Amino acid sequence: MTDQPAIVARGLSAGYGSRRIWTDANFAIEAGSFTAILGPNGSGKSTLVRLILGLLAPAAGHIDVLGEQPRRGNPRIGYVPQGSYFDPELSVRGRDFVGLGVDGHRWGVRLTGTAKANAAIAASIQAVDATGYADRNLGRLSGGEQQRLLLAQALVGVPEILLLDEPLSNLDLRNQQSMVQLISDVARLRRLTVLLIAHDVNPLLKHIDHVLYVAQGRLAMGKPDEIITSESLSRIYLSPVEVLRDSQGRVFVVGLEEEVSHPHG
Amino acid sequence: MGDLFRYEFMVHAFEAGTMIAIVAGAIGYFVVLRGSAFAAHALSHIGFAGATGAVVLALNPIVGLLAFTLGAGVAIGALGNRLRGRDVTIGIVLAWTLGLGVLFISLYRGYATEAYALLFGEILGISSTDVVVTLIAGLITLVAIIAVYRPLLFSSVDENLAAARGVPVTALSIGFMAILAVAVTEAVQVVGVLLIFALIVTPAAIAVRFTSRPALAIGIGIVLALAFTWLGLTIAFYSPHPVSFFITSLAFATYVAVRISEPIRARMSRTTAQKATA
Repeated sequence: MTDQPAIVARGLSAGYGSRRIWTDANFAIEAGSFTAILGPNGSGKSTLVRLILGLLAPAAGHIDVLGEQPRRGNPRIGYVPQGSYFDPELSVRGRDFVGLGVDGHRWGVRLTGTAKANAAIAASIQAVDATGYADRNLGRLSGGEQQRLLLAQALVGVPEILLLDEPLSNLDLRNQQSMVQLISDVARLRRLTVLLIAHDVNPLLKHIDHVLYVAQGRLAMGKPDEIITSESLSRIYLSPVEVLRDSQGRVFVVGLEEEVSHPHG
Repeated sequence: MGDLFRYEFMVHAFEAGTMIAIVAGAIGYFVVLRGSAFAAHALSHIGFAGATGAVVLALNPIVGLLAFTLGAGVAIGALGNRLRGRDVTIGIVLAWTLGLGVLFISLYRGYATEAYALLFGEILGISSTDVVVTLIAGLITLVAIIAVYRPLLFSSVDENLAAARGVPVTALSIGFMAILAVAVTEAVQVVGVLLIFALIVTPAAIAVRFTSRPALAIGIGIVLALAFTWLGLTIAFYSPHPVSFFITSLAFATYVAVRISEPIRARMSRTTAQKATA
């Protein structure tokens, strides 16, 4: 492990056409750290993901991913897209889906390296504890089972960064917790840098090193207990934001969502 | 059985039918996986206007058929695979082109038999030149399917993920529809414009109910398409009724049988599992 950060943004702005979604972001994601990306719907969390994946060019500023310019199809990033759940009619075996993570982007059919690919696929399925249902039809699996196979697909190419866009959103509380635990364990074992977009920070609190807030056209990063406070969020967003804590230590952020339904400008 | 291949027209029919069944079974898997069954159906109908138009211009109807299916295929592919309302757009174009087809038929007198062949297929009237053309077109289609196999499977299963991994999903969507257009044009010779579903969609739709392994599903689809074609040709040879009726009926009967037997098979496997645990 080097001391070089996994992702660095300097004066980074994102947008489509002349419309800016957020501007002047400066942050560095430490290699091997676990960062939660939080913020209201439509604030530009997935836009950040598209920048990191090289699917969208910065509107201004710079972003470095593992010391290079973001590029499409970077094998050093394992990715799980938002809203990935499969149609019940989709008749593709879990194992074949994970195999697409190995060489699904290559032309033709797999002729050589079949044994090596099968071993990598089996190991990845084992790593997410999905061996029991990997040979079943993807469309007929539960949301939690599908998410595990999506994670196996992201891991199979031996990435350095794991980029997970709302992997918890379709799961019940128990499945959310076991999924976060799994991601955290796998990441520690393989020394992966994890960026995880979530709606609710609570299932993540025990596991994350940093929080990256995306709201009201700005990004702000810090340690969870430093940034998720009424004072710091109010200061960052120049509006009254309140952070409430309940008796079990769960946090609730109030005041960011409302502003977004009335965008400035 | 010896009688079957005594006639040249039957040999031609089996040669062309075999190639077309292999192509239809293979491309059909992706049609089912991508939910493009209606697009496949529409391509053949749009092709009908091209074929009848070609006849009016004294050209080979296959040339017009291919030109229209290819043009429509590329346009549908460019619309994208997941676009909402895509089927409505396709349906509107389809209705208009069928109207054009009717106009072209009326412009060309004494044309009823040719129109009938296009609509319902005429595999028994295929010439030796047609066979060669079909074999070459079929081989090109198969090579194209093999060439795009992995990225096409990837983008059919999860387009966003495939795009992030560097798969050119829009180009593939267009390429797939172009391959499908060629396959449809070939299959029209056997079952005609109206019955295209039976060869392209039904075998694959049955196959995916048996297996979720893509390569195996393609294999089963090809075997089924071959079985329907060969059996259909054989039965038609000994009967006064048209080949396309037998091919479509075999496909339909198999599909119904598979759907009906599904709950029974599921119950049987449950019982076996219970016995195993008991």
